[in-house]
Amino acid sequence: MTADLKEKPALGRVIVITSGKGGVGKTTSAAAISAGLAKQGHRTVVIDFDVGLRNLDMTMGCERRVVFDFINVIQGDARLKQALIRDKRLENLSILPTSQTRDKDALTKEGVEKVLDELKQEFDYIICDSPAGIEHGAQMAMYFADEAVVVTNPEVSSVRDSDRVLGLLSSQTKRAESEGADAVKAQVLLTRHDPARVESGEMMNVEDVLEILAVPLLGVIPESQAILRASNIGTPVVLDQPSAASKAYEDAVRRLTGEEVEMRIAGERRPGLFHRLFGRAS
Amino acid sequence: MNLFGFARKQRRARSAETAKDRLQILLAHERSGGGRGGEADYLPMLQRDIVEAIRKYVSIGETDVEVRMERGEQMSSLEINVELPSEVGSKAG
Ligand SMILES: Nc1ncnc2c1ncn2[C@@H]1O[C@H](COP(=O)(O)OP(=O)(O)OP(=O)(O)O)[C@@H](O)[C@H]1O
Ligand SMILES: [Mg+2]
Repeated sequence: MTADLKEKPALGRVIVITSGKGGVGKTTSAAAISAGLAKQGHRTVVIDFDVGLRNLDMTMGCERRVVFDFINVIQGDARLKQALIRDKRLENLSILPTSQTRDKDALTKEGVEKVLDELKQEFDYIICDSPAGIEHGAQMAMYFADEAVVVTNPEVSSVRDSDRVLGLLSSQTKRAESEGADAVKAQVLLTRHDPARVESGEMMNVEDVLEILAVPLLGVIPESQAILRASNIGTPVVLDQPSAASKAYEDAVRRLTGEEVEMRIAGERRPGLFHRLFGRAS
Repeated sequence: MNLFGFARKQRRARSAETAKDRLQILLAHERSGGGRGGEADYLPMLQRDIVEAIRKYVSIGETDVEVRMERGEQMSSLEINVELPSEVGSKAG
């Protein structure tokens, strides 16, 4: 069957998609990134850590097929294999949905670690979709991460929260606590970037945000209608018809796997043209 | 109120329709569970019962039963796969 695929040992890389602030695009990004990785041939699983809410299943379009969830597995009510939902579009993509009925405390460090260890045996990439905030659920999502994608909008409270999350990543994770381990590799994914508003000076530009956060940039995702469409139909944006957003996510995914991809940032190629022509004030 | 209301309606993206359909199906199931999202809660127990029932006749492991579900508008289907030990089934090599 897929013997040649199976023979290659799994990479087992754990990547958390986190942000602090809510509604910035974590789940959208977790769906797009995991689908993008799978599309490139990597065995990928995406886990919903947002216990009590469960949104990833809808974004991935598998909401009608959920039987068991992450918490069932942690509590021993179901085996991991039974809870994993195999994506219908990409055979090397799986989804581990979360529970709607339990509370966040059901996520124990030991339970999460056991599930992740088992997934590492089979998957190249394990994408953890974090809940908003910096409480227990978010901490569990980031604790075992090798890498972090800090989803940030070019907006003051989002940047501030990203900064706090970067602080937690460098102190409250297993890698931070283990002597001699490399730090969690954190990168910023700037989403909902609106070139017109950057141009008019209403929105901070990419450089502004990076200067403040001082971590590498994984990519810039434009504000895009394609995102709403994709979520309406339950398809990760990279599996829907091509758009600026899907392109931007695909570039980000390639950077995540270590490829060098030139950064194309809409609207930030002609620095200051409008400023020079019209000035900043009214 | 909206001057462009007509044009908007004409061009109403079909994806919005899909979103509404998906939500209606999902929420109907979630609400019917009594509590929020309670619907699927019996599945772990159902699975345990199935394993026990089959074990009265055949020796199977807990992982040999697989439960899949597909929720639909009119009906949902529950698919239960039981992997039986090879002495019972045909000896496929
Ligand atoms: N690039 C984008 N362009 C337009 N809309 C977007 C973009 N990214 C995300 N959105 C929209 O923003 C909203 C929030 O996105 P999403 O659910 O992914 O955020 P989240 O960070 O996971 O939220 P939460 O903190 O509640 O988990 C959604 O309606 C989504 O469609
Ligand atoms: Mg989310």
